[in-house]
Amino acid sequence: MNAPAKRIGDVLLKVENISLSFGAVKAINDVSFEIREHEILAIIGPNGAGKSSMLNCINGFYHPQEGTVTYKGVKRHDVDPHDAAARGIARTFQNIALFKGMTTLDNIMTGRNLKMTRGLFWQALWAGPAVTEEMAHRRKVEDIIDFLEIQSVRKVPVGRLPYGLQKRVELGRALAAEPTLLLLDEPMAGMNLEEKQDMCRFILDVNDEFGTTICLIEHDMGVVMDISDRVVVLDYGRKIADGTPDAVRKDQTVIDAYLGVQH
Amino acid sequence: MAKDAAKSDDTFPKLLIRNASRIGARPAYREKEYGIWQTYDWATSLANVRAIACGLAALGAKRGDKIALIGDNRPRLYWTIAAIQAIGGVAVPVYQDSVAEEVQFVLDHAEVGIAYAEDQEQVDKLLGNMARCPQLKTVIYEDGRGMRHYDQPFLHSLAKVEELGRKFDAEHPEFFAAEVAKGKGSDISVIPYTSGTTGRPKGVMLSFDNLIETSRRSVAFDRLSESEDILAYLPPAWIGQHYFSFGQAMVAGFCVNCPESGATVQSDLKEIGPTFYFAPPRVWEGLLTQVMVRIEDASWIKRKMFAYFIDHARRVGLGILEGKSVGFVDRALYALGEVLVYGPLKNVLGLSRVRIAYTAGEALGPDIFNFYRAIGINLKQLYGQTESTVYLTIQSDSDVRGDTVGPPAPDMEVRIDDAGEVLYRGPGVFVGYYKNDEATRSTKTADGWVHTGDAGVFTTDGHLKIIDRVKDVGRLKNGALFAPKYLENKLKFFPFILEAVAHGANQDAVAAFINIDLNAVGNWAERQGISYSSYQDLASKPEVYGLIRGNIEQVNRDLAQDPDLAGSQIKRFLILHKELDPDDGEITRTRKVRRNVVAERYAPLIEALYSDKKEIDVQAKVTFEDGRTGTIKARLHLADAATFPAAMKKAG
Repeated sequence: MNAPAKRIGDVLLKVENISLSFGAVKAINDVSFEIREHEILAIIGPNGAGKSSMLNCINGFYHPQEGTVTYKGVKRHDVDPHDAAARGIARTFQNIALFKGMTTLDNIMTGRNLKMTRGLFWQALWAGPAVTEEMAHRRKVEDIIDFLEIQSVRKVPVGRLPYGLQKRVELGRALAAEPTLLLLDEPMAGMNLEEKQDMCRFILDVNDEFGTTICLIEHDMGVVMDISDRVVVLDYGRKIADGTPDAVRKDQTVIDAYLGVQH
Repeated sequence: MAKDAAKSDDTFPKLLIRNASRIGARPAYREKEYGIWQTYDWATSLANVRAIACGLAALGAKRGDKIALIGDNRPRLYWTIAAIQAIGGVAVPVYQDSVAEEVQFVLDHAEVGIAYAEDQEQVDKLLGNMARCPQLKTVIYEDGRGMRHYDQPFLHSLAKVEELGRKFDAEHPEFFAAEVAKGKGSDISVIPYTSGTTGRPKGVMLSFDNLIETSRRSVAFDRLSESEDILAYLPPAWIGQHYFSFGQAMVAGFCVNCPESGATVQSDLKEIGPTFYFAPPRVWEGLLTQVMVRIEDASWIKRKMFAYFIDHARRVGLGILEGKSVGFVDRALYALGEVLVYGPLKNVLGLSRVRIAYTAGEALGPDIFNFYRAIGINLKQLYGQTESTVYLTIQSDSDVRGDTVGPPAPDMEVRIDDAGEVLYRGPGVFVGYYKNDEATRSTKTADGWVHTGDAGVFTTDGHLKIIDRVKDVGRLKNGALFAPKYLENKLKFFPFILEAVAHGANQDAVAAFINIDLNAVGNWAERQGISYSSYQDLASKPEVYGLIRGNIEQVNRDLAQDPDLAGSQIKRFLILHKELDPDDGEITRTRKVRRNVVAERYAPLIEALYSDKKEIDVQAKVTFEDGRTGTIKARLHLADAATFPAAMKKAG
């Protein structure tokens, strides 16, 4: 098999000097890094290092006190989540945030929400142009179901699915928005080995087939080192390393942060 | 069917052309894609087969070439098989779950030059074997998912092959028709490899005549028409699936439905509602368990209703299905049950429209078998093998029994030789094993009889019973036939018996070890108010011995009905103090008893069974889950069971 020729392009998103605090707690302290087109970037760090906060700043869920986020050349201080989603940033959450009572299909369909143009009136009547539109969206959703191999649970309420599959459905919903940048918050937390392997394959496939840029947070070092092109390491809200997985693995500061250091 | 019409349609490509012209607009294949059933009619199928056939020719395929196919049931897989045959090639289907080495063996042995793979997973297996199979020159794949970085020049997508074919066809418009016309009935159409539990798999050469002649007979036998629907969900490399979804489908012109994936079979079954359905025993068992579990969770009134009507169906359902005389009140109640219970139940199972259903392979418990028949599903048994082109014996609608595999199929001769082995001769008999004349000679006699390797007996009215593999069948000292697996299966059909081991080869009588089912017997003991402290304690209770004795005597009573097996009634038994356990090497992980291990470990017990002792002390070594070993001491009782005089053999 030939190694895929990566097409890593220009800077897609750039965070500059982000600082975020909750009261006296400094969650993120003057962090800057960039994400390039088509790459898989991992943000790692011990618990409480500020990883999730960082993702939340990128898609506008949190508003940092200082610093800017530049996405597709537009520099913002405060990002609006709705605006971020409309401009192609999709995400999944650490604790699954699906509609438990709705089916897999409907959950993924909600990911198409921003792309639906017909008003409530037509949608409610389900007549005329709304039908054509829904059929087009359904086709797209079916593509994603096929891609993620979840045909067998298409009509099952997600609350009844095992954890690993729920995570996959959540990825499906994020993909339904056809994102340019996909933010994954611990996509493999709590999974068994097989589920992790599946998820890795899906992440790589998404990156490869759709050219989606991916920024993920993960605890499992093995996974991170295997699938990412670049790794950013946070510790106590600061960036302590940024580079290829090999470089980061050998970095003394990272080793100290993860394994503890003798004082 | 007119005789000469039948003569001229002697290959599958010719049948395909016949179907396309006669029933061109009827559905031939359905495939669920993107959540919707996509239908392809016979005319479209012919056009696609033509394109693929020409594409294969453009890639250099010649008459007589063997082309391997590895993948799940898809219309395109079946089209490719027909396309291969259209240009005079031979299809070699490979099990899609084979590991790379098994695939390599087949590719190598069949000298495969072109291989068709369903998706990336299968392509990877083929590519991994490229170096070791130098004759493999071309790989065709159907699903392009994950294939974007594969740029080997010998790798082609099926879409590209079709495109090549259409171009080739435009340049050589006579090619397809001429190639199809060259084919004749005696040509080899397919070489399925037998799974081979012992030794290397063998390639079974089947001609068009084998498949088409037997299909014509079985289609007529079950009155299958072009309006049938079947669900193709078993491996296409298995001869049974090939026969149902290619052989019979082409002959009868019915529609083959391909499920979306292995995990969606149950819901796809419900959506399609097949009219002709085959499932191995484990599927029937699994469905029933699923039903029972869900009924347990249902409301009180539903449970009562279910219990009442199923009970009623068990009493009168078989009679109604078989057209026997049943009283008016019973019929009315059954009709009410159909509305309230049976109908909805069949609908949930996806079996509402089933006209004919089959099971084969392993033994299916009479309780389960009769359950399906009682609720109105025409479930029948058949027996066959790859070498006989599936049907060897088959039950007709009016004469179905749970404990036989039926009388010989139309035009099939079946006999039992002196060793008890089943032999057959007929139109389905295979041409030979590919490149293995020695195996062919030892299986197929000069006058066309084929050895099955299975031991069987005929009932007095001509039904065949398969009792065991020939090599496992022994004889008692007095010469009576002793088939341990047959006895054990009969015992295991009782819910209280988890496992059984029968002894008797070269002994005076048959004796058995019994393992009780802790859940079932424990539950029974609770209801009887019998207290017990452990498995060992429960197993030694006189009441439990009484319960098991009842089961054994029931088996003996059944055996007595059968003149050939009446001699192997179980005279003595004991209930083991521990479960046979794979950790102790007594059974395999797939729950097959390791006879020699058991015989060796429990030699003193077997000896005691053939003495007149009433009880025996044992010490058994057990392996605990953490790997430590210990010993269990126990005193086992040896018990007698009543035997019954054999039924008289009918004259002749």
